[in-house]
Amino acid sequence: MFKYFISLQWKSFFRSASLGKGLALKILMFFFGIYMIVSLILAGSGLFFLLQKIFPGADPLLKLSEFMPYWLLTELFIRYFMQKLPVMEVKPLLALPIKKSTITHYILGRSGLSFYNFMGLFLFVPFAIVLLVQGYPFLNVGFWLLSVVFLVLMVNYINFIINKNDKALIILAVILIALYTLEYFTILPITSYGGKIFYAFYEYQSLFIIPLSLSFLAYLINYRFLRKKIFLDASLGKKTKKAITSDLAWTKHFGSIAPFLQLDLRMIWRNKRTKTQVFLSLAMILYGLVFYTMDDFALTSSMMVFAGIFITGIFLANFGQFVPAWDSAYYSMLMSQNIPLRKYLESKAGLISFSVVIMFLLSIPYVYFGWQALAINFSAALYNLGVNIPVILLFGSLNKKRIDLDKSAFSNMQGMGAAQFLVIIPLLGLPVVVFALLKFLTSFEVGLMAMASLGLLGFVLRKRLLDGITELYRKKKYGMIAGFKEKNS
Amino acid sequence: MITVQKLTKRYRNQIVLNLERLEIPKGQSFGLVGNNGAGKTTFFSLILDLIRPTTGYIVNNDVRVDTSEAWKPFTSSFIDETFLIGYLTPEEYFYFIGELRNRNKADVDALLSKFDNFFHGEILGQKKYLRDLSKGNQKKAGIVASFIGNPEVVILDEPFANLDPTTQIRLKGIVKDLTDNTNTTVLISSHDLIHVTEVCERIVVLDKGEMVKDIQTSTETLQELERFFAT
Repeated sequence: MFKYFISLQWKSFFRSASLGKGLALKILMFFFGIYMIVSLILAGSGLFFLLQKIFPGADPLLKLSEFMPYWLLTELFIRYFMQKLPVMEVKPLLALPIKKSTITHYILGRSGLSFYNFMGLFLFVPFAIVLLVQGYPFLNVGFWLLSVVFLVLMVNYINFIINKNDKALIILAVILIALYTLEYFTILPITSYGGKIFYAFYEYQSLFIIPLSLSFLAYLINYRFLRKKIFLDASLGKKTKKAITSDLAWTKHFGSIAPFLQLDLRMIWRNKRTKTQVFLSLAMILYGLVFYTMDDFALTSSMMVFAGIFITGIFLANFGQFVPAWDSAYYSMLMSQNIPLRKYLESKAGLISFSVVIMFLLSIPYVYFGWQALAINFSAALYNLGVNIPVILLFGSLNKKRIDLDKSAFSNMQGMGAAQFLVIIPLLGLPVVVFALLKFLTSFEVGLMAMASLGLLGFVLRKRLLDGITELYRKKKYGMIAGFKEKNS
Repeated sequence: MITVQKLTKRYRNQIVLNLERLEIPKGQSFGLVGNNGAGKTTFFSLILDLIRPTTGYIVNNDVRVDTSEAWKPFTSSFIDETFLIGYLTPEEYFYFIGELRNRNKADVDALLSKFDNFFHGEILGQKKYLRDLSKGNQKKAGIVASFIGNPEVVILDEPFANLDPTTQIRLKGIVKDLTDNTNTTVLISSHDLIHVTEVCERIVVLDKGEMVKDIQTSTETLQELERFFAT
């Protein structure tokens, strides 16, 4: 039976939509994956010497052991938000003559092979190898590693428990807070106890039975929990959220684009991917801190212009690059309805302009670093409004890839294509080049003025530009409709 | 109302639709039947200018659909669920369509009140998004949305599929009412021969992209169609 499951798994992986993506993207993701793995391995092999350097005289393994609880907690934290048990995928198996217990074991078993479980191994296996090279006894290191593996598995299964069961989540949170409080008020030195416990896995090989039974226990709890729920109406059913409606009457002030504006606002608010996009954009405002606190760059350098364009234009880039793919699910309806394409684009431009203004207002506190910061962000915002909005809409006409709105934005490459990477160059590069050139030839102020004037010029010409873009969208209409229909692109 | 001239649609070397000439007069209820792959949806998509014809063209009320957009204000359609906006509630969707067709909320409400019976209390006021409705209920919402704004041409692709028997019967009444009492041209495709013969004055049979029958509906039509599809 499990042989079939494995072959199913194999097929689902190699026939998945993400593997059928464009070659360029595949290569890029491949290299990114390699990069991640290599950095973890390098970190793992360097960790021993690093710990030796920071804590001279102490056993690096002991120090690492002290950090282990934090590692596991961080892992749990990340998993809680990112890793979900793929219960929905077994729906087609339910009506087949397979025992429900087998299906349950299958779901739980395969989660043991998930990527998240290997994250830690890429770090700890090299570390263990270094330990061996340094003359630590083989048997002890081996069992220590084994304990770590089982603890990671335990975290894997605990995550599913707290994901499904709020009571378990609360209990866990209470325990953690209690432990932290004890540590904080120095009633109990939890960290050093934790360190001793993890070190004990190294000292006494037989102790590995504890992580083993803990992970087994977590598995068992999960199994009993899940086994009861493999029914269509329990956990496999579609969850429907109660619709919260508001008539967004205030958008009426925007005249004829109001219905589209309402549509966009509802889209952003009611879909996972767009919602995360908004929060990510808002969080990116803090990214400015990275630039402003860097000593390598003066406040008048081109790097700051880059930062200004980036901060005020982050939503523009994130949201704008997928116009009109956001509406891909119902694009053929929009195209057969009584919709002037022009109004549609105007409304998108309006929404993005609004975001640029908001992001600029949020960036005002950076004036703390000097008036130049404000001046840069202001001219960057103008540039974004005038030039980058038409540019991003123009690139949107190359969009032919469907987006499913209800998937999360995290590491979601759906809808990505070469155009999405190319657009970064004119978007961020062009203003920086213009500024740098003029600053080099004349002065900082002239550079900013030039950027701002370009923005104003674009603003003045917006009507004309939008006309041209509308025409382009009209020409590409058939290709877009066909492209958006392809589910697995 | 709708005139088709030497229309063909070809994907690579395969001809999926080939209509030499077809004329649908104003106010007619026009039925399209044919097996899977006969070209029904292709034909409707061509009328709506969602795909480009390989040769020939379609004229909708003196507007050539692939060169002008002037047909949009008086043409409405429901092809499949992709015509719905999943994250809206049915009400919001109706108002949005109303907005596009220059109808305010009161107008839309007035129209919707006529369909209370058809909705059977499962569409309005449910506090559910369209994506969470069942297939049948989604279809109901889409069909009614296509009646908003007094369109002169209504195109419905497989409107009877997925509907429960009560709703199917009510839909037949609605379509009959639409063609008898107004001058609306209704185009319907269906796999259900009984329904189309009941509702449509004229039935065209497509087979592998070719028009093989063009019948003015009479009492013998159903038998004729059944004989055709049985062989």
